[in-house]
Amino acid sequence: MAKLKMFMYKVFKWGLSVIGLTVSITGITGEVSVNLGSPLTESEISRVSITIFPNGHNLPKGQGSVKEGEKLYVELCSACHGESGTEGPSNRLTGSIGLFSFMDPLRIMRIQEVNGLLVMSTGQQWPYATSIFDFVRRAMPHYKPKSLTNNETYSLTAYILYLNDLVNKDAVIDRKNLPGVEMPAFKRYVRAWKNKSAADDFIPRP
Amino acid sequence: MKRSQMEYVAGGGLIDRRSLLVGGIAFLAASSIKPVAASVNEGVKRIGDDFPVWSRTLGRQGTTYGQPSIHEKHLKLKLQLPSAPENSGTTGWLTPLEKLHGIITPNGLHFGSHHFGIPDIDPDKHELLIHGLVEKPLKFTMERLLRYPMISKIRFIECAGNTAFNALSPLSHDGSCQDLHGLISCSEWVGIQASLLLNETGLGKKAKWVIVEGADGGSHSRSIPLSKLLDDAIIAFYQNGERLRAEQGYPMRLLLPGWEGNTSIKYVHRLEVVDAPAYTGHDSGVYTQHLSNGQIEGFSFYMDVKSVITHPSGKQILEEQGFYEITGLAWSGYGKISKVEVSADDGKTWAPAQLHGPIIEKALTRFSIPWHWDGKSTVLLSRATDAHGRMQPGRKEWKQRYASPTFNHYNAIQSWDISSNGEVENVYV
Repeated sequence: MAKLKMFMYKVFKWGLSVIGLTVSITGITGEVSVNLGSPLTESEISRVSITIFPNGHNLPKGQGSVKEGEKLYVELCSACHGESGTEGPSNRLTGSIGLFSFMDPLRIMRIQEVNGLLVMSTGQQWPYATSIFDFVRRAMPHYKPKSLTNNETYSLTAYILYLNDLVNKDAVIDRKNLPGVEMPAFKRYVRAWKNKSAADDFIPRP
Repeated sequence: MKRSQMEYVAGGGLIDRRSLLVGGIAFLAASSIKPVAASVNEGVKRIGDDFPVWSRTLGRQGTTYGQPSIHEKHLKLKLQLPSAPENSGTTGWLTPLEKLHGIITPNGLHFGSHHFGIPDIDPDKHELLIHGLVEKPLKFTMERLLRYPMISKIRFIECAGNTAFNALSPLSHDGSCQDLHGLISCSEWVGIQASLLLNETGLGKKAKWVIVEGADGGSHSRSIPLSKLLDDAIIAFYQNGERLRAEQGYPMRLLLPGWEGNTSIKYVHRLEVVDAPAYTGHDSGVYTQHLSNGQIEGFSFYMDVKSVITHPSGKQILEEQGFYEITGLAWSGYGKISKVEVSADDGKTWAPAQLHGPIIEKALTRFSIPWHWDGKSTVLLSRATDAHGRMQPGRKEWKQRYASPTFNHYNAIQSWDISSNGEVENVYV
């Protein structure tokens, strides 16, 4: 009887250790599957998919003109970005005063009086025009983000491109022509991650 | 303490820690002998007469949420560029590194950089969505997420723009350690391994990048390599034991250990799995660097090896010559710190500082070295090396790589000038 008890105890212990081993193996290999997520429907996804890609993927229908953009800019944007997109106090939209000449006798003064964020500009530094549409629509105006219509966003994008001499005064921007606007930074932009250029990341739309 | 007892390990008065221990014991033994006061009328004496008021008074009651001592009111975050108008777009709150010790930053003093203000998000209405190049697009409620197995990691977060003054200003800015280096903090973060959630969706073969988005006003978003998210990324809910502060991303944030702080998306609510980066506004603009060769460099995720002496540091005053402990912080976005060297003589000679454990990868590491200041003007420097052999550059070396308006990713050696009257000031050497 004692022997049988011992045998059963051993079987029990062995069983426990097998269970223990299984649990720890799943732990080590990271195969734990908790699966507490719920399915996400297409309509739920499309409501929140606001990211625009360099190839124009996800750009909405609609259009906007430089002319309309100028009106909106004066009303909604110029207080922060300045009349010409250079005065600040918010980030510059055009030009660059960052690269001060060494011959400039007031160089030290100029750098010290300038908020670091103002030495760069959207027009000179961003490699893709599609990013302007994306950022304006999700984040601007700063005090009332996501309040612009798609047409208004196209118009403001057009006006910012115009301020940078990248489109002419009569330009109308839409989902077809926006990805084709070549930004000055496109050829200069390199990414530290995996040593690629901005051009390497442009995947043509299928 | 007699100087003759000390063994020096480098110029400028850097002391061998072991000799300090021996010398210190001798000093204590000598000073512990006190004269015994004569006793008069012992029967009517109250011991209270010899004690301060707080030892003779019943203390106050506790509170439901503890606060720092009333004598530590000076311990505050400081707004970077307080002169900048509210509509300048970004606020940076700096951690008072020189008033803290150890490696953990108190939650209320964690630095914060907010591009779109601080939202107050209702956790019952906040969900995490994962979609894109996946077999099963999923959403997770907060209640469900909190049931997942959690991991805990001590990790620093540093803003890409930390120490921008030293990068930009041609003349060294006379700032405190907080002013110059306060955009770094370190906490224990608890949350779900991001890979766990991503793998549950069944990642597609073309999946290479993830556009991570926050639920704040500007829907802050960055393009993040999928490999990082599958490696050591955390969806964090707890910071130093308590739920995240609103300033740090309540109800949850992404944590990308060792990478520029802007990629640790606060208020995270959406992961869009894709095949190429989106070049979001912050991928494209503020978080890029102008290189001296005319290129613009983006996606420069790693925060490189760096260190700073926090005591003594800028704007402090050494009241008298004599013993001080030089101490500071070192970190690297690539891994562990392996060595910190300190110089107390303008960089002529260097001695290794003691690294205080635990030495954790991608966390702050505390270092110290004893120092005898002889009252003469000198310069203190610290130079960190990480486990991959990456060593901090000098300022000139750093500046050579970048064009003049670049201020992100500055990790050059910090030097503090000590004047003969004890004033400590930021200086370039």
